[in-house]
Amino acid sequence: MSVLSYAVRDSATMFRRNVRHTLRYPVMMIMSVGVPVILLLLFVDIFGGALNAGLGGGAAGLDGVPPGSRYIDYVVPGILLMTAGYGASTTALAVNRDMTEGVISRFRTMAISRASVLTGHVVAGLTRTMISMGLVVAVALTMGFRPSADLAGWLATIGVITLLVLALTWLAVSIGLLAQNAEGTSSFTLIVQILPFVSSAFVPPGSMSGGVRWFAQNEPFTPIIDTLRGLLLGTPIGDSGGLAVAWCAGLALAGYLWARALFRRDPIR
Amino acid sequence: MAGFPPPATIVATGLRKSFGDKVVLDGLDLDIAAGTIFALLGPNGAGKTTAVQILSTLIGADGGEARVAGHDLARDPGSVRAAIGVTGQFSAVDGLLTGAENLILMADLNHLRRAEGRRRAADLLRRFELDDAAKKPVATYSGGMRRRLDLAMTLVGEPRVIFLDEPTTGLDPRSRRTMWQIIRRLATGGVTIFLTTQYLDEADELADRIAVLDQGKLVAEGTAAELKSRVVGVPNPDLDDVFFALTGHPTTEKTAIEKTATEKMTEDLTGTGTTR
Repeated sequence: MSVLSYAVRDSATMFRRNVRHTLRYPVMMIMSVGVPVILLLLFVDIFGGALNAGLGGGAAGLDGVPPGSRYIDYVVPGILLMTAGYGASTTALAVNRDMTEGVISRFRTMAISRASVLTGHVVAGLTRTMISMGLVVAVALTMGFRPSADLAGWLATIGVITLLVLALTWLAVSIGLLAQNAEGTSSFTLIVQILPFVSSAFVPPGSMSGGVRWFAQNEPFTPIIDTLRGLLLGTPIGDSGGLAVAWCAGLALAGYLWARALFRRDPIR
Repeated sequence: MAGFPPPATIVATGLRKSFGDKVVLDGLDLDIAAGTIFALLGPNGAGKTTAVQILSTLIGADGGEARVAGHDLARDPGSVRAAIGVTGQFSAVDGLLTGAENLILMADLNHLRRAEGRRRAADLLRRFELDDAAKKPVATYSGGMRRRLDLAMTLVGEPRVIFLDEPTTGLDPRSRRTMWQIIRRLATGGVTIFLTTQYLDEADELADRIAVLDQGKLVAEGTAAELKSRVVGVPNPDLDDVFFALTGHPTTEKTAIEKTATEKMTEDLTGTGTTR
């Protein structure tokens, strides 16, 4: 067999191993679906009434809000982004647990494709998070989320989300490699949880003040959310589409290169 | 074994390694014949684990050269990895999987065919008296069971050179004797075994040749009898006396061994201290 087919075979073995971990200890997976669903309930059923009033009433000029839309339609793209963040946090923890256990030393001293350890985690993380996404969308639909997207719109949405999850997952792998212990990954979890709040996820940046508004308008999550919103609800996308793809591709590449460099270092005892 | 692979020897010259400004290996030379059991003996902190980590391609050396099973460590680590198996000091098992799943994982990573992988896993589970626990998660295993599974995983790939880093540290006396039997049986099968130990009696019991490592340097090498003959004035020297005669300081390991063993037994009894 060629080097490449060994790499694919080893990655498949590592993927199966990670899937088995998830199936045997599903708590993390349940959390990464449960938390976004709770946030969805929180924002739609508790804050939603007040936020609807703020958005609606023909309040023109707020970017990214189609006239007459309801808050649940506005917030779902942001919730999807948070789902991606939680999924990535799970991957960071899984990688970190691997690296701090003896079994990684065994993998490193075996004649296997070294990259397979990481690609196994990435493919498993991607699969887990995309399943979580599906479940969150299903819950949102039962709660009254009514996107106007056609098939092409949905396919494009799935494409952007996949790219986003890939980017966050590679970054999560790096964090998992970098952190000395499970607590060390919490900074990443915090960042992916806080950043959506300071973006267009829950309220339009136009309603924020001063420096916060500038940050919200220029951080990577905002163009990604605006793109998803445009694809799902038909709001104008503008240059957000290009920006979103560029951010995702850039972060994915950076995460991949960083993870590769970290994994190549000699393990510290 | 098909063809004539290069002999399963371990040859090293001048291996050096420092962590920060702490010199851990200070010019280690080794020449280990194929099919023998070699014991690297030394107290904690002597550099034994670092030697194993370098020879098993886990970390790089700062200087020196080594060939394992005929392959250069620095230039061809892949071929070295294909020839070796490592059971480290910290258990290298996947605690979230069952014992059987761990072995199948190894079979898959060794690119064995499915049926062959299952056959070898079942065989190893039987040989290492783990069939009863085969379907239980490794997290529920005792220290001795984990260590046996660890070694079984190392054997799935049928390595020609096996590194065992303190294979019996922390095991109760019975598990320790079981491990010794397993190691002896492997050696009769023609495998080269590189063993580190801080147990003086273990080196005496198992090894064809013993090298004594002290502060990153070999201070003596030979058979147990040869080493003993270097002690003057003690009628029937044990290896503690040998160590003192060679280094000018005691091993201080007698007390340490007893302490470790007691700690580990307490851990096993209370279920704490999940060995990493």
